[in-house]
Amino acid sequence: MSAPTEHVDSVRTYAIVWIVLLILTGVTTAVAYVDLGHFNVVAALSIAVGKMLLVALFFMHVRHSTQLTRLVVSGGLLWLAILITLTMADVVTRGWIGVPGR
Amino acid sequence: MASHAHAETLAVQEQFDTAAQQKDASGLGMWIFLITEIMFFGGLFLVYIVYRSKYPDVFGAASRSLNATIGAINTAVLLCSSFTMVLAVRAGQLGRRKAIIVFLILTLILGFVFLGVKAYEWNEKFQEHHIPGPSFLMEGVAEQGHAQLFFSLYFAMTGLHALHMVIGAGLLSVLLWQAWRGKFSAAYYTPIDMVGLYWHFVDIIWIYLFPLLYLIDRHGPKP
Repeated sequence: MSAPTEHVDSVRTYAIVWIVLLILTGVTTAVAYVDLGHFNVVAALSIAVGKMLLVALFFMHVRHSTQLTRLVVSGGLLWLAILITLTMADVVTRGWIGVPGR
Repeated sequence: MASHAHAETLAVQEQFDTAAQQKDASGLGMWIFLITEIMFFGGLFLVYIVYRSKYPDVFGAASRSLNATIGAINTAVLLCSSFTMVLAVRAGQLGRRKAIIVFLILTLILGFVFLGVKAYEWNEKFQEHHIPGPSFLMEGVAEQGHAQLFFSLYFAMTGLHALHMVIGAGLLSVLLWQAWRGKFSAAYYTPIDMVGLYWHFVDIIWIYLFPLLYLIDRHGPKP
């Protein structure tokens, strides 16, 4: 009756990740009130990506998961990126070239 | 033995070679489900990005009308619930029944705190007439329709997120019942692990909703 040998992270590791996540929440809120121009969006989303990575790698155990799971997760994010990039490529550039008869 | 189907919890099903392989398969299946969820929420995020790029001023003004402090507090509440959830999974790995129950209850409580704060925020929107519909009124904005579009997306996205939280609370309650009955051990805690993945995923959705809805236009030109 051998249990699958699981990697058990220490409470300390989880606590550190949790505290970093809370700090990042404070930072992203504070930075939002500083005028950085377009970099406000960049800063907010970079912090969000960082928080997502922390949650996925540590809390969702992606760092201990199989290669196949990692591939599937990356594949999912890739399709999301395709969805957003191609749609925005259309929306943003639609007005660039005059279309005859429009 | 078909009559023992309910006792499948510990045994390795015939299609798997080892318990580890069975568990990996569960994890992979859960991740594939979560990816369908990513695409599902992704569509809403995309619509939000498109309309925000189309009507930046109105979306900025509408975004500034949200209470960022409450949003930040709720983000912290949700991150705390993820922490307690991961500790419940860890307790499962170690087969500690009492710890599983305690951390599941904490996660459930924090989930309800989040939903309570959300309900308070939505109630505020009702009082401010920021609910899309005939009585919608956002002062200082010329294009009321575009502002309604923002709040339609706000309610669709936060509403769908809250619905996921409610489903998550239901799943946690089932786990709590099963943990109480002593179903889980170090050899078998897959359901806790899978609900954990779901709970953290819902957390990640909020990690993006919070800056996109509340933060990115905080200091823009005041209308």
